[in-house]
Amino acid sequence: MNMVQVGKSLTLVVGLLGGQCALAQDVTGAGATFPAPIYAKWADAYNKATGARINYQSVGSGAGIKQIKAKTVDFGASDMPLKDDELAKEGLVQFPTVIGGVVPVVNIKGVAPGQMKLTGSVLADIYLGKITKWNDAAITALNPGVALPDATIAPVARADGSGTTFIFTNYLSKVSAEWKEKVGEGTTVKWLTGTAGKGNEGVAAFVQRLPNSIGYVEYAYVKQNKMTYVQLKNKDGQWVNPSDDAFKAAAAGADWNKTFYQITTDQPGKASWPITNPTYILMFKSQDKPAQAAAALKFFDWAYGNGDKMADDLDYVPLPASVKELVHKLWGEIKDSSGKPVSYK
Amino acid sequence: MAAILPAESAGAGRSESQPQTAPIKPQTPRRRVAPWADTVFAALSQGAAWLTLAMMVGIIVSLILGAAPALKAFGLGFLTSAEWDPVQEKFGGLVMIYGTLASSLIALVIAVPVSFGIAIFLTELSPNWLKRPLGIAIELLAAVPSIVYGMWGLLVFGPILATFVQQPLQSLLHGVPVLGSLVSGPPVGIGILSAGIILAIMIIPFIASVMRDVFEVTPPMLKESAYGLGATTWEVVSKIVLPYTKTGVVGGIMLGLGRALGETMAVTFVIGNMNQLSSLSVFEAANSITSTLANEFAEAGEGLHQSSLMYLGLVLFLITFVVLSISKLLLVRLKKNEGARS
Repeated sequence: MNMVQVGKSLTLVVGLLGGQCALAQDVTGAGATFPAPIYAKWADAYNKATGARINYQSVGSGAGIKQIKAKTVDFGASDMPLKDDELAKEGLVQFPTVIGGVVPVVNIKGVAPGQMKLTGSVLADIYLGKITKWNDAAITALNPGVALPDATIAPVARADGSGTTFIFTNYLSKVSAEWKEKVGEGTTVKWLTGTAGKGNEGVAAFVQRLPNSIGYVEYAYVKQNKMTYVQLKNKDGQWVNPSDDAFKAAAAGADWNKTFYQITTDQPGKASWPITNPTYILMFKSQDKPAQAAAALKFFDWAYGNGDKMADDLDYVPLPASVKELVHKLWGEIKDSSGKPVSYK
Repeated sequence: MAAILPAESAGAGRSESQPQTAPIKPQTPRRRVAPWADTVFAALSQGAAWLTLAMMVGIIVSLILGAAPALKAFGLGFLTSAEWDPVQEKFGGLVMIYGTLASSLIALVIAVPVSFGIAIFLTELSPNWLKRPLGIAIELLAAVPSIVYGMWGLLVFGPILATFVQQPLQSLLHGVPVLGSLVSGPPVGIGILSAGIILAIMIIPFIASVMRDVFEVTPPMLKESAYGLGATTWEVVSKIVLPYTKTGVVGGIMLGLGRALGETMAVTFVIGNMNQLSSLSVFEAANSITSTLANEFAEAGEGLHQSSLMYLGLVLFLITFVVLSISKLLLVRLKKNEGARS
């Protein structure tokens, strides 16, 4: 009797394993955590619409790039685009999916959202530890009429490696030579002063709790937590508030025709928010498994067509139609081993 | 009987169908199956032991291989350099090593006396009806997932520490040369001290339950004799129970220390994650080995950054190894002294 039961459960296990093998047809992707919520939402809606399954592991941009290079996934995802020569060397292509904005937030008593104005170089000096008081002349000059306290600024950074930090430090490197030299840009950098929280939620929690603090988070967190965002001066010298339109304006200002290697921080354009960047998908140009590639492309094609509303709901900015068209053109370059373009229609 | 023996042993694997055809004494089949099962069981348990050993060697080897580029680039200077700059690819682990050791030390300083008190109360002083519920409650503390401690530490405990400890201390010690700088820092209640306190809360159940268990095995005859000679409870505990159970007590403390050194999530939430040593204030953001690994590993690019993180892992491994060795040495010395006295 016991043996029979063991046999039964063995059959069950084998059956489950068999089921797992059948699931190998699912498309798998891995990478950036920043777009993970929207990819999950798209995948869920796509599954309901078509029955196909997309499995996305949000393991971080660095790990995503590693995994696609090792071909353990069908697509990789990264907040940091790869340079064109590296793409060519690895035989990869990259295309953007959605645009995100990073927003500096403050917690100063009596300062309302959007009331405080900062320039990029002042922001860099605060994080460099050169401006240490809120009533520093450099800040009060930008904010006439705002009562700023004689209090020490408590800068808050991201502790974990993240695309958000990359975008933020990339912007600071563009606007401050000293920042570029002393700190530079990257998913983790050597912070010179302050405290660091884990994840956007960690930074948001510190800024909300810590009087006279300043931090940077993704736009979605600003909206959800009703945080006190600041106005920034963009490249055209205009003061802008963070908003979907301001992120879109920044993305539209980039020249996508030549290459998708675009870091759209500090873009020209009257309405453009200076700390904006798209997030990217990486795939191999020449596919050993064209069926998998086709399934992945079908998913992104569907997301471009049907996913804008969902992206909006989650406070991501969908790509402009012109950029989507360019991406569709790029997809023609993804081919199977015989050199035939992978069909995703 | 002898005739059916071969058939029996041949069918040992599927003995289910046999009993009806050959009714035998209950012990006989067990004895006949025994040699076969014994061999398998011995092989299995030996295999498990070797597998554990092989895994440990494998982990050490892979850590060393992974850390090799950083070992080559920075050598032992890695241990004394406080520079951690992923952009310039300059790495040194001093900040994290200090953070790990300091927070674990604070945890031990708090947890050992408290656990001792708990164990003494439960074994010597508590009324019988309270022993079980209290014991279970303390063991339950050990079952709380560490991330819950982290969130609680960040959102509940941190502000309490800031308002009722940090700010009074800061205003009290304002302007005092050394002590003043030891309590400086932003008033959020994060840093080495809160990490240490959270760790203490996490390891108290481990140390306390080990201590309670070993205190309970002290022979009642010894204790009763001491009480009979007019010893106070404290004298019984310090002169009879503690000397009798010191091995277990040291073991329990080391178990707690091991856990404190390796704890990740709870520490990451409250330590502040800032690589600085310029201020040794217990309220200033710091960093630990485990939280650096947890924060940076996923996004670390190949090359020196990743291998420096591996190097940090190797250092942590060595620290725990050294802690274990010290505790073994301590026990050996304790035993020696025992021999000398008697």
